[in-house]
Amino acid sequence: MAEHKLIIIGGGPAGLSAAVAAVDAGLAPEDILVLERDSEPGGILNQCIHAGFGLHRFGEELTGPEYSGRYIAMARERRIPILCNAMVLSLTDDRRVTFVSPETGYTTVEAEAVILAMGCRERTRGALSIPGTRPSGVYTAGCAQRYINIEGYMPGHRVVILGSGDIGLIMARRMTLEGAKVLAVCEIMPYSGGLARNIVQCLDDFGIPLKLSHTVVQIHGRDRVEGVTVAAVDEANGRRPIPGTEEYFECDTLLLSVGLIPENELTRGAGIDLDRMTNGASVNQFRETSAPGIYACGNVLHVHDLVDYVSEEADTAGRAAAARILGESAPVVRSVKLSTGHGVRYTVPERIDLAEEPEDVRIFFRVTDVYKKVQLVVETEGGEVLVKKAKSAVAPGEMESLTIPAAKLAGVLKSGEGGIIVKLNETGGDK
Amino acid sequence: MTTKELTCVVCPAGCRITVTLNDKGDIESIEGYTCLRGKTYAANEVTHPVRTLTSTVTIETAEGKKMLPVRTDAGIPRERLFDAMKIVRATRAKAPVHTGDILVADFIEPGTNLVACKDFL
Repeated sequence: MAEHKLIIIGGGPAGLSAAVAAVDAGLAPEDILVLERDSEPGGILNQCIHAGFGLHRFGEELTGPEYSGRYIAMARERRIPILCNAMVLSLTDDRRVTFVSPETGYTTVEAEAVILAMGCRERTRGALSIPGTRPSGVYTAGCAQRYINIEGYMPGHRVVILGSGDIGLIMARRMTLEGAKVLAVCEIMPYSGGLARNIVQCLDDFGIPLKLSHTVVQIHGRDRVEGVTVAAVDEANGRRPIPGTEEYFECDTLLLSVGLIPENELTRGAGIDLDRMTNGASVNQFRETSAPGIYACGNVLHVHDLVDYVSEEADTAGRAAAARILGESAPVVRSVKLSTGHGVRYTVPERIDLAEEPEDVRIFFRVTDVYKKVQLVVETEGGEVLVKKAKSAVAPGEMESLTIPAAKLAGVLKSGEGGIIVKLNETGGDK
Repeated sequence: MTTKELTCVVCPAGCRITVTLNDKGDIESIEGYTCLRGKTYAANEVTHPVRTLTSTVTIETAEGKKMLPVRTDAGIPRERLFDAMKIVRATRAKAPVHTGDILVADFIEPGTNLVACKDFL
């Protein structure tokens, strides 16, 4: 059986960034193997041709291919081996990775560390159970994005979009610029999950209506979509469609932008603990999962809204994997569990493994709802505030973060405090 | 006097800003912003809104035709986006192309270029 010190599953922004960080932390590039299932590295960014990436990382606004291009160049400069067209079939908790590729055939390799960087995939019609016929012309927004931006193929001309996440909004603009008529974007929630900037520049600029608290209740057409029925939903009654509000849209295409799911089949197969809220692995601050030596980063761990944060998280995982292989990891003295308090949906990491001399730990989290005027707080179960920050507005679509200073964590270690809570306090103003 | 309502895109707060213009089209007042960046955004957005255009053009490569992602290297007037798309559609590229190569110089406005966003070597 072939051996590698570090196997990275996925050659998108997370995998590439982790590989670069591992080399920069002292690991020899020839000890690394990046496995990518597509024919080229770069991941989903290759089809995200719009601008808006890299403001935090590079201090400038890049398109997706430009952002991934920079990481591909960094990986090439460091001579990191990337095997494309390689599909990983299974992973075990003792770090055996089995994959197939045209170059290597069916191969099993053993590694001292594995980084999971498989990204996420889109929820499909099946996850929503929309009634109606099953014609062609129903696509996920990302699927249509691939058709247009990579294959150069227009999937439709009269379009309704369900879901106002950023991919749906971006595709409303893209299809409009390419000559399609986008009739409406329907959002079941009373607010959009997309950035205000995308609502303005992708919908308002082109006069595309955003129908909040509306959903698609029927798809019509035998071979091809001929139309969809849209109805308002009752907020007070489990978001059920309100009879009498139905509206028919004649269209040939329905795009779904209804959420992303971390792609964790391999993780599950290895028996690694998953977090119920993120649908990703449960990790410590180094992004190490419940299986020693197996790390996870990027959208396979939790769905990020900025690729800049994916890269940052992947750096953390890459450095930690390198430290493990090089024998530089500090021994863990005690694990402290992070839990969510009022207004917080999930945190990453879910636990902090404290060494004798703790370092700063940055906590990422999402809030449960749209709030104005809040204080974000990280405190011990005993009520000692470790870090807090006032915000004028927070929304579930924007990831928040707070950094617990090393000195405070040293205090937690000393006091024997059992757990840490992340929560928000409403400090006044309208919800 | 005309008033324009807009949503600020500077941060997630998404403030509703009202800009009042006099008959000459000059700004009389800006209300509803909560920070200076928001005020500047609103002033630019009502007098001279610009957008970065991103799209794709067909590129001839050794492996056949592919799609090359492209962008404008500066904002172009929002009302010219569809004119810009006509030029994009008529543009063809041929490998080798490097990220940042200019495909169309003085694109829509003098000094603004349509540039490649990916290497095709």
